This record gives sequence, C-alpha cells and structure tokens, in this order.
Amino acid sequence: MTDEAKSSLRLPGLSRRNFVVGTGAAAIGGAALLAACGDDEEAAPATTAAPATTAAPTTTAEADTGVGTTTLGSNYSDEKPRNALAAAVAATGVDTVINTIDHNTYQENFNTYIQQPDDVVAWFAGYRMRAFASKGVVGDISDVWDNLPGMSEGFRSAASGLDGKQYFVPLYFYPWAVHYRKSLFADNGYDIPTTWDDFMVLCETMAADGITPLCAANDGRWPQMGMFDMLNMRVNGYDFHVSLMGGRENWEDDRVKSIFSTWEELLPYYQPDPNGRTWQDAANALGDKSAGMYLIGTFLTSNFDGETQADIIDDIDFFLFPEVDPAHGQDAIEAPIDGFMMAAEPANEAGAKALLTGLGSVEAIDAYLSVDPSVVAANSNADTSGYNALQKKSAEAVSSAKYISQFLDRDTDPDFAANVAGVGIADFLATPGNIDTILADVEAKKQTYTFE
Amino acid sequence: MRATAAAPPARRRRRRSTDLSRADRIWLWVMVGVPAALHIGLVWIPASLTVILSFAEWDNLAPLSDIRDVGFRNYWFIFTVFEGDLFGALFNNFVLIVWLTICSAVGMLFAYLLDKNIRGSRIYQSIYYFPVVLSLAVVGFIWKSTMFSRDRGLLNTLWPGGPIDFVGDGTKIFSFDLPFLDPALGLSKNFAALLVAMAWRHIGYIMVMYLAGLKAVDHALREAAAIDGCNEWQAFRRVIFPSLKPINVIVVVITAIEALRAYDIIAALNEPRGTDVMGTLVTKSLLGEGGGRVGFGSAYGVVMLLLCLGFIIWYVINHYRESEL
Repeated sequence: MTDEAKSSLRLPGLSRRNFVVGTGAAAIGGAALLAACGDDEEAAPATTAAPATTAAPTTTAEADTGVGTTTLGSNYSDEKPRNALAAAVAATGVDTVINTIDHNTYQENFNTYIQQPDDVVAWFAGYRMRAFASKGVVGDISDVWDNLPGMSEGFRSAASGLDGKQYFVPLYFYPWAVHYRKSLFADNGYDIPTTWDDFMVLCETMAADGITPLCAANDGRWPQMGMFDMLNMRVNGYDFHVSLMGGRENWEDDRVKSIFSTWEELLPYYQPDPNGRTWQDAANALGDKSAGMYLIGTFLTSNFDGETQADIIDDIDFFLFPEVDPAHGQDAIEAPIDGFMMAAEPANEAGAKALLTGLGSVEAIDAYLSVDPSVVAANSNADTSGYNALQKKSAEAVSSAKYISQFLDRDTDPDFAANVAGVGIADFLATPGNIDTILADVEAKKQTYTFE
Repeated sequence: MRATAAAPPARRRRRRSTDLSRADRIWLWVMVGVPAALHIGLVWIPASLTVILSFAEWDNLAPLSDIRDVGFRNYWFIFTVFEGDLFGALFNNFVLIVWLTICSAVGMLFAYLLDKNIRGSRIYQSIYYFPVVLSLAVVGFIWKSTMFSRDRGLLNTLWPGGPIDFVGDGTKIFSFDLPFLDPALGLSKNFAALLVAMAWRHIGYIMVMYLAGLKAVDHALREAAAIDGCNEWQAFRRVIFPSLKPINVIVVVITAIEALRAYDIIAALNEPRGTDVMGTLVTKSLLGEGGGRVGFGSAYGVVMLLLCLGFIIWYVINHYRESEL
C-alpha cells in the first residue's frame, strides 16, 4: 500500500516524530524542507482537479453541476495518492480546488485546521471522526448517504456519529492480517492455521526449522497495537473491545489480563527486542525469509520496491488472525477506513455535498484505483477487475467479516492510545512479567480521561 | 546633576527629555518599543497563556468558551498519576545537565589542544565541527538508522557479541528508589546511547566557541606566564581560563539551555521507552493527532518553565554579584 495509507495509521506521536525526521532529513535535502513544513499552495500547489479539458475546465464543470466551486482539504500528499485523488475528484464533475497539505502536518494540525477548514476535508473513520462530529465542527451529511448506492451497512455505521447521523464518506480501506510468503509455506509444507492451537504448532515448527516465526516491530509504539486489537477481539470479542476502547471497562479486569496471558504465549516466537525495531526492518525479515509471519496492514507490500523486489510482492499473501475462542471465531477484522468529512459551515454547502456524493460513487473510486491500485474500494460496486490477488482477498475478508474495527488510535481517545495504552503495550513487551503493575498504571491513568 | 537631584522627579524628566531632539525621541521609542512589543507579544503573552491553560481543561478544538477551569487538577494528575513520566523526564533532564557539562569540558580540552597549531589541526577541527552543522533531528536520524539499528546498524555489525537493542532497551543501567515515588528513577540504556549521540554534536559545538575565544587571548599573557615559570596547567588554570570568562558564561548558559530544552533528537528516535524529557512530555500532550490535552501539556510546560526560571535567576544573581566585586 502507499505511503498515504501508512501515514493514515499514524499515532499522534508517530506523525510528529516522523515530521521531525522528515524536516530533519529535508534539511539535508534542502529543497524538500518547504514541502515538509509548508502549509498550502507554496509547498504543495493547489491542484484544480477539473476534467482534462484544460481549455475551460471551470466553466465546464460548473455548467455540469451548477453548484459552483468547492474546496477540498487533502492529506494525499505523496505523488501517487495525490494524482489518484485528483482523478477521483475530476470524475465527480464538481469544480473543486484541492488544497494538498503534507500528510504529517495535516494530521498533526488537524485540530486547528478544522476550525477554519475547506468545504470538504480528508479524514479517517472511527472515534477520531466521532470526536469531531460530537463537537459539532463537522457537518451532518446524512442526506448524502441517501445517494450512495453500493455502500454497505457496515460502512454506514463506520461513518456514523454517536447520534446515529452520518458525518463521513468512505473512500477505501486496508485490512490488517497475518502476512506470509507463499513460497516459504509451500517449500516447508506449512499449513494456514485457523485455530490458536494450529497457530502455536506452526510457530513451534518454524522455530525448529530455524525461522523466526513472527516479525515484531514496535518503533513508534503503534505496530503492536494491531496485535492487541486482534487478540482482544479474538479472546473477548468485538463488543468488549469497543467497550474497552470507549473507556467503559476496567483495565485490571481478568478479561484484559487474559489478552496479555494469550499474548505471552506468542512472545517466545517474536523477533527479539520489538520495541526498537521499525515496521520496515521487520518487513525486511519477512522479505528475506528469516521470519515467517507478520501481523500488519496490507501496506506491508509498499516496503518492497515495485520493480526490483516484485517477486517478493507477488509472493506475499495473508490469512486472517486465527480463532482463539470459538465463541468469537474469526468474526472481526481490523480495517482502517479513509474518507472525507464536510466542514460544519462550508462556504459552498451544495457543492460540498455534491462533491461528497461524487466521492462516494463508483466512478470516483474507479478513477482513484486506475491511478493508485494499492487500496481496496469501500464502494462494493467498484470495478474489481483490476484488483491484484491481495486486493481481491482484502475485499473478500472485509466484506465477510461481521465486525470491522479501525485501529487502537482510531477507536479510542488518541491521546490515551498514544500516551497510555501504547506505552503500556511497549512496557509489556519489554517486561511481560510486570503486566499487573502495568495494567494498574494504565487503569489509573485511564481515570484521568473523559472519553467524551 | 547634583542640582537637579533635589528637584521633583517630574521636572527632572522634562528637563532630560528636552536634551533629545524630537527625531531622537521617536527613534528611541521605536528602538525600545519594537523589541519590547515583540518580547511581550511573543514571549510573555504566550507564557502567561500557558500558565492560565495549565489550570484548565481544553481539547484545542472546541471554542474558547469550552475551556473549563479545573483548578490544580492537571498538576495533581501529573504529580500523582503520571508521576512516573514526570519524574523520569526530570531525572533525564538532570542527567543531561551533568552530561553536557562534562561534554563542554571535553570540548574546551579539544579546543585548547587544537589551538596549539598541531599538524592537521584544520582537519581535526572540521571533523569535530561537522556534526554541529546538522540539526539534532538529523543527528538522531543518522544514529538511529545507521549506528544504533539492531538489525543493520554499524555498531551491531561491528560488535562481536549478540545484537544490542540500543533504541528499544529501556532497562536501567542504575536506579534508585525515592521514598515518595513509586517507580524507581534511573538511567535507561537507550538514554545512555542517546547521550553518546548528543555528545557527538555538543563537543564540537563547544569546541568551536572556545577556539574562537582562545584566538582572542592576548599572546603576551601566555608569554608572561611562561616567563614567570608557569607550567602548562598553571598557565591554563590561572591565566587563560580566567581570560575566557565571556565565553565561559555563554557556554554555561548554552549547556544548561540545551539540557533543559532537549527534544528533537529524542523525537527523531521516536521517543523510545525511558527516554522522555520534559520537552517530549509537553509536545506529546499538545501536538499530534491527539492534541487533546492542552491543560496537561501546559502543566508540564509550567514545570519546565519554573525550572528554567530557577536556573536563570540563580545565574543572573551570581553573575551580577561577581561583576560587582
């Protein structure tokens, strides 16, 4: 998947750090500095995403829709996603000025930006959307949802605020699953595990074969949040996960402890010292087959070069995280969704709603996928003929899942996720024996959050 | 002046102002007013707002009317619930002050040696100075990816034993318990690794300042010391070091400030466990997609401000007392 997808996974802390690294690296590069810190036109030129008829695009588009010019704030700042979004917007036929902002800067300053936003703004589903919806800084677009054929009920609920109204239009998503190399599994005769026992046996076999069973990264303290989410949904079920994320459960509860006791069974099969490893370094271990499996988002393939390492990319497949408790089976999947919201008081409301309706349409996502084929369309009517095997599988996995979670930092207070839960998980990985102390600390700190 | 001293202050002021022409007075106001306005606008107002916000709860998002006064609750939380974070960070800042002071001494030694015009001193100067032109964020990035990385870092490639997790290993090299504090304080391994990277840069920085200072020391002083039969150490301790006083003052200030405001290199390394300093605690609560705990971040900021103020007041008092003598 693209950098864009990675960036959208970022924690508050992560993006800030990467921003600093980015600016720092830019200081070497010189010219890139502006792009990293700049805010709009100068750094990333506003793209008028009108149709290719460059002669008089504005009038053409306006004549088509009659809703005037709309502005779109975008964090699709890497080249491919930026072009893909421009194509998608062009496909809507709404005359739109896209203000592209470096994605780290955008996400970091979103709280400030959303107070004087463009008409339509790029954002993520889940708690992070709901938080803004309940503050009233983004607009109700329930009527847009009357005109979104092909969006499933699952996406509608992911796009809904706590009041049941819709505030978000999904564009695409990418699931988290256990990735592996097909050739490694074929050569060694490994079977895809579906239950916890099978999984344990496979890990043991791999270890005996001299392969590290599980890639493990936690630099930035977000990669292992994915493992926490999966284990919680498999051990305690989706409802408990939502309740825990909503701050309504006690972190010293036995159910939370059972997440970590299950996790402890996996730790011997982890790459050692996950806390200091970047997800890219861990991905390289999967690439050179020194490690066997990797629970990560499908953006994993973006770590490998599309030309020189195409054989690795083609060789990567994934399976759903195995069942732990039969009561929950494999009914939940983690699949962060990216999409758009509308400003609370857009300058051009008719235009904004027309644009959002357009962005939710099949035409828009088809145009997007034709430029950037690394994501999976949210709209079920989208043209899937161009999908590669992984995209097809991703679409299938998510559509057959009963529950879809976003990600720890998207499903709960992001500050709590970054500064408390993420720290607790990192502490657990370093000293699993201290889990009782760690959870007591998390619970005490949780009490200071309101989870509004 | 003696005659006017007895006069009422008002008259005195009038009299003095007539000494200046109209244009002079306008210029005086501009010269004093602009910096003062900038200082008040950019330093005092934000600092005061930070203090005010530290008593409030605000998510940096809702309208200003949503800011709720919570009294000392933020402080209560950071000193009781988040005390492990707070005191861990304070201890790391303290370690930094000690460490950077040592580095400053080393920098002075390097400068002294290079000032001797030994062969190739230009080359040494360039090498030591090289890290200074890099921002600390870049320094952090370089050390993280090329030196410290557990899987492909230079140090781990050269190291004969098993790989060391320089970035992620938050276990303590030494630690001690404080009676009022639950988690033990101590120096974590990865913070020690970070100290090496910081020294790499700080030594060169200080070295250049002393080199400049040493060039300005009158040669006659050294000759006089030599004629009086001083050995090397005596000449340095009694003659050269005291004549470097202006540089020493700047170095002390820079070292303390660098230690208290340390942030970028740690942020560049993704704030590994056990490496928090006050700067990272502040930004963690204020910036980022969370960005929802303005009160908390401000409270951390105020603690940091008080520390800096303490240092500055101590320094100013000492400095002026000395110069009066």
